[in-house]
Amino acid sequence: MNARTASGAGFSARRVGAMVLRYWYLLRSSWPRMLELVYWPAVQMFMWGFLQLYISSNAGFFARAGATFIGAVLLWDILFRGQLGFSISFLEEMWARNMGNLMISPLRPVEFIAALMIMSLIRLAIGMVPVSLLAIAFFGFNLYGLGLALAAFFVNLILTSWAIGILVSGLVLRNGMGAESLAWTIMFVMLPLTCVYYPVAVLPAFLHPIAWALPPTYVFEGMRALLIDHTFRLDLMLQALALNVVLFTAGALTFVALLASARRNGSLMQTGE
Amino acid sequence: MSNSLPAIEVQRLTKVYKATRAVDGIDFALAPGSITGLLGGNGAGKTTTIAMIMGLVTPTSGSVRVLGAEMPRQRYRVLHRMNFESPYVDMPMRLTVRQNLKVFGLIYAVPDLNERIKEIAAQLDLTDLLDRPSGKLSAGQKTRVALAKALINRPDILLLDEPTASLDPDTADWVRGRLERYRLEHSATVLLASHNMVEVERLCDRVIIMKRGRIEDDAPPAVLLTRYGRDTLEEVFLDVARGRAHFQEAAQ
Repeated sequence: MNARTASGAGFSARRVGAMVLRYWYLLRSSWPRMLELVYWPAVQMFMWGFLQLYISSNAGFFARAGATFIGAVLLWDILFRGQLGFSISFLEEMWARNMGNLMISPLRPVEFIAALMIMSLIRLAIGMVPVSLLAIAFFGFNLYGLGLALAAFFVNLILTSWAIGILVSGLVLRNGMGAESLAWTIMFVMLPLTCVYYPVAVLPAFLHPIAWALPPTYVFEGMRALLIDHTFRLDLMLQALALNVVLFTAGALTFVALLASARRNGSLMQTGE
Repeated sequence: MSNSLPAIEVQRLTKVYKATRAVDGIDFALAPGSITGLLGGNGAGKTTTIAMIMGLVTPTSGSVRVLGAEMPRQRYRVLHRMNFESPYVDMPMRLTVRQNLKVFGLIYAVPDLNERIKEIAAQLDLTDLLDRPSGKLSAGQKTRVALAKALINRPDILLLDEPTASLDPDTADWVRGRLERYRLEHSATVLLASHNMVEVERLCDRVIIMKRGRIEDDAPPAVLLTRYGRDTLEEVFLDVARGRAHFQEAAQ
């Protein structure tokens, strides 16, 4: 036994920390990367915020419903940016042709994924905290005023984003950079189906089962219930959590299967197209 | 580790990709502290063999044992005692040399990491480059950084895939000198895939020649030269690559 280095046995918080440090070095070395985290959520928030101002100048239902737009756009960004933050950190290894170094190191897949989840939270915080403060300053919308409901929304949305991020990472490992575009586009498939800006009832009946199979749908319905009817729908949050457990488990198992397949077909040796 | 056990043991190792047999039932065992060259033309199966030894590729059949651990199933028992360097695998370009070495040092759980970084930087003449982004280094400097990463955990098993490819002769010679010294100081087992016959002759005490996934020959360099009646390993390599091995044996 080599006494000069510790054993690689077991889950290691040190190795997770090493990977987080690696992405942090990268992030802070590039101001465009930092700026990118903030500018698009800010653009979205301003666009929907001004629309909300216009709508709320009308009386009745629309005045009340208008508040949901800015809430929806901020929650949608948690979902979208959470997945993107996970996937981009993963793709950085592919772009840097560094995956081979990691895959022959003692870093375990579970540690790698844990580091990507932590980076997803860090990137999300860098992007969303300033934007949520701007929403208070410009439109009087206080996301944090949602209190415990916000925590329930956040947990469910971030779990979905990680599950999708894990799945996409597995597909890129197995199929190479040809699958990279999935990282950028997959969430947009969910945009209409998870009913971010409108209730499920608006969808054609045949799409309802699909919408209700997606955990974020429950979050956006729950947000509208909170902002319009001032009711916190715990039942919706628990259903979303149950679906997220299934989705996250399926994502993790698929990742493990795709990684094993990548080892069989040699695609870990070729991390290009 | 007991010296009676091979550091690396490969038995009936086969890798098939769809219809291609990249590695076809090879056997070899490397003694601890030895340095072995893996020779062969493009597509001979060298890189796939090294990838299976590292646990990066799952064999179709046969087995690989590294320091007694079956790869890839038991890889986490031994990966912290191994390392790898290849010009075809990069270090993150935007990170400085020091940041890269720190990240990998933490992954490999290197004790007294800051001291180790200073030490390895001094050994590989990288001290002045530690705070430069890795992407802004010359090819020779990048190779030294990659070597520093490969040696950061003082590996017992060092796998090298064309470590001096694209380097000028002076830098290549310098790198070979460092590898030789590391092997001697740490009694490390080194497996080196290379197209550079001068390098193999200088460094290796044993040469395995592969062709189309199979081992064509396996002997110390001096024995190969005698066996093929040649003056250089390059001539031996060409004999094997062009199928002239049997003619030489017949002539003898």
